[in-house]
Amino acid sequence: MALLRHTNQPAVERQALTINPAKTCQPVGALYAALGVHNCLPHSHGSQGCCSYHRSVLTRHYKEPVMAATSSFTEGSSVFGGQSNLLAAIENIFTLYAPDIIAVHTTCLSETIGDDIPQIAAKAQNEGKIPAGKFVIHANTPSYVGSHVTGFANMTKSLVSYFAEKGPAKLRTVNVVPGWVEPADMREIKRIAALMGVEIILFPDTSDVLDAPQIGKHEFYPRGGVTVQALRKTGSSQATIALGPTASGSAALELEKKCEVEATMLELPIGLRATDAFIDALRRIAGVEVPQALKDERGRLMDVITDMHQYFYGKRVALWGDPDQLVSLAGFLADVDMQPVYTVTGTPGRAFEERLTRVLAGRVPGVRMRQGAQADMFLLHQWIKEQAVDLLVGNTYGKYIARDENIPLVRHGFPILDRVGHAYFPSVGYLGGIRMLEKILQALQDKQDRDCPEEAVELVM
Amino acid sequence: MTRDDAILDERRAQVLRNGADGPAMACGKTSAAGSVSQRACVFCGSRVVLYPIADAVHLVHGPVGCAVYTWDIRGALSSGPQLHRNSFCTDLQETDVIHGGEKKLTRCLRELVTTYRPNAAFVYSTCIAGIIGDDIGAVCRKATAEYGIPVIPVMSEGFKGTKKDGYRAACEALASLIGTGDTTGISPHSINILGEFNIAGETWIIRDYLTAMGINVVATMTGDGRVPDIRRAHGAKLNLVQCSGSMVHLAKEMESRYGIPFKRVSYFGIEDMSQALYDVAEFFGDAPMLRRAQELVHRELTALLPALRDYRRDLTGRRAAIYVGGAFKAFSLVRALRHLGMQTVVVGSQTGNADDYRQLKELCDPGTIIVDDSNPVELAAFVREKGVDLFIGGVKERPIAYKLGIGFCDHNHERKRALAGFVGMLNFAREVHATVTSPVWNYVPRRRRLQEAV
Repeated sequence: MALLRHTNQPAVERQALTINPAKTCQPVGALYAALGVHNCLPHSHGSQGCCSYHRSVLTRHYKEPVMAATSSFTEGSSVFGGQSNLLAAIENIFTLYAPDIIAVHTTCLSETIGDDIPQIAAKAQNEGKIPAGKFVIHANTPSYVGSHVTGFANMTKSLVSYFAEKGPAKLRTVNVVPGWVEPADMREIKRIAALMGVEIILFPDTSDVLDAPQIGKHEFYPRGGVTVQALRKTGSSQATIALGPTASGSAALELEKKCEVEATMLELPIGLRATDAFIDALRRIAGVEVPQALKDERGRLMDVITDMHQYFYGKRVALWGDPDQLVSLAGFLADVDMQPVYTVTGTPGRAFEERLTRVLAGRVPGVRMRQGAQADMFLLHQWIKEQAVDLLVGNTYGKYIARDENIPLVRHGFPILDRVGHAYFPSVGYLGGIRMLEKILQALQDKQDRDCPEEAVELVM
Repeated sequence: MTRDDAILDERRAQVLRNGADGPAMACGKTSAAGSVSQRACVFCGSRVVLYPIADAVHLVHGPVGCAVYTWDIRGALSSGPQLHRNSFCTDLQETDVIHGGEKKLTRCLRELVTTYRPNAAFVYSTCIAGIIGDDIGAVCRKATAEYGIPVIPVMSEGFKGTKKDGYRAACEALASLIGTGDTTGISPHSINILGEFNIAGETWIIRDYLTAMGINVVATMTGDGRVPDIRRAHGAKLNLVQCSGSMVHLAKEMESRYGIPFKRVSYFGIEDMSQALYDVAEFFGDAPMLRRAQELVHRELTALLPALRDYRRDLTGRRAAIYVGGAFKAFSLVRALRHLGMQTVVVGSQTGNADDYRQLKELCDPGTIIVDDSNPVELAAFVREKGVDLFIGGVKERPIAYKLGIGFCDHNHERKRALAGFVGMLNFAREVHATVTSPVWNYVPRRRRLQEAV
């Protein structure tokens, strides 16, 4: 029997209720962003549960230890404010865990009682609780605003607000804000830039943090992460490339405002054209040539697309997840002649629908998209019940629909709670494009092999 | 680093070394602000206790995160409806925080009830619902009257204590259901199973044993739980309570309200499982039932003990660290590991009380480190000091153990094989054997260092 057996009825418009969300709350995004800073301990200013949940979900996704501290609010702190908790926390953290930076993010509780983090941090500074050369930074991330993606954006923007400095002279560096992508994606972005001979400052950077090697001990602060020194230099870079406006846009704009570093807004470089745009921006800003090695990678992706296009024609796809990921994925799928007909994201913001419409450019008849309230997995399932799709692309929460409707699922995005290894392979860049297409075709053909009539099983496909 | 450098000063009273003189364990404290605590909150406690009730809807009145992080995260199996595996949320927004969330909650309940026609609805309060002062009780009372099903508020604001207080709030929600159903036809040899959540089908194993003894199980709370069963739970003659903290409160409440006595049991490990069945038979004072229990234990052990022998041979002398939610579970684990020839050298819990830790001291060998509300830095230091081969814990401990090059067994939400009952002991042995003797540890640096040191 179907796990989601109650979805069967005709779609009734809901006004209030969210069923099986396609988003989560801001603080986890702030925590993830802070993990991409070297020697930084994320700190959750709220109840213990928030921090515990965020660490658990990140651990389930990355299969890595995730360190973060909490103010451990009690009933008293919720009445009298969380100042004393945060002061004690700052002292305890620097004593015991010795980070360079404590990155405080707020929660719905601390926001609503009105805790002023900069004021509390200043008090800690005055009372000598912050050792010389160490920092307490913060981002406001109430859980009742935005989503995990905007939480990531807010903390990333804070890295600029706290650290970026406009130096006396421009440096050769280019800032790249990668958005909420896997550590392997960040590593791939750095590899591409290095191939082109462009010196980039990538922030945040969770490679070598959430894909740390086995060395027989637990490194409380793994060796990866952008350094404070590099963050300072972002204010003197040639330009900033924001990959994905939702997750990366505000940091790039802040750099433009604060340090007059020009911002270039791009879509996440997933797929052929989005990767082209990224590489072209790097080339243009740094004044370099695209090396043959990278042209060859592009050629190989093109070759794979030509080999595969016959299987992709007209395949209907449903997508869910985060706006930046969805826009680029949908564009890529349309480029290889698939039909990304349904897209939902719980992350609110009308710009998403405009961006998606622009990237699809009228190529997908009957396209349906929804963002924000009630844009959830239940709605997506109702659409699929009305007219089926051939493929699902999104996080683990699609597995109920995949099973009930017997539709292949390609796992992508956050969180993936039921598989291991996804954090090690990029989906960005030309190589990432090849990997995405291989996964998609394999899912489609595995289903065909399993479900087709006996006489139709083909050895050569 | 000296061996206790990893311990915050204010936490020193929450760590003791068995056999060493010192004050009693200080526990039941809130975590030190700034510690990387492994603990969760009140809401979490309530949510894990109630969520396995599969024919009810569970509506989180709060921000989306609280709903998402508790969405189907424990494999609490249901033999029927799967409603509990959905995530329902009021997804409070800034305007709701300013103007109050009661209207939205009312509408959500209407949409939920009309969509799903559940047997009951649980409405969980969260930090934010508590802080903005929504009268969830009043909304629930109105909805109960309007829809003719119990709509039950769970007062689980995250900041109002620890996870234990969440258990208590869940028990109070259950208590409001109990006593509202018809008890006719319940056998004099009847029980309720409390504090068993049917992770990987464990409730079914226990239920089968009890049924084989001739016992009528009225309600299971909450593994594979159903609202109509819970409503008539007051007709049972005995409550069997597993799991340290989570449901003793309800058992006490039912004792005072309905005169139903309770027994604390554990279904984990050979002695504890057998004892649980004998305790039940003894309670009913029924000779044929006791005989059936003895036969059952005999039959199970005849199959189990020879099967354990090979595992024991490989595991003898290996050392284990245990860090679990409730201390009661730790007792069973220490004993079960002894059956496998293993020694427990570090043991801790998130929520143990003074009495639990006294018992642990008696049970464990001298030198064993006993710890309350620990954190990753401490745990890693203890594990290194004691040269541990196996870590038993939950989701946040697993990757730390692996980084240290140590085998791991999940005895928490994410266990995927039943570890309760006699069959569970065999599964446990297999799981411990699989990880402790894995060839992967031959290649990690820790083991290489150990080998070079020999």
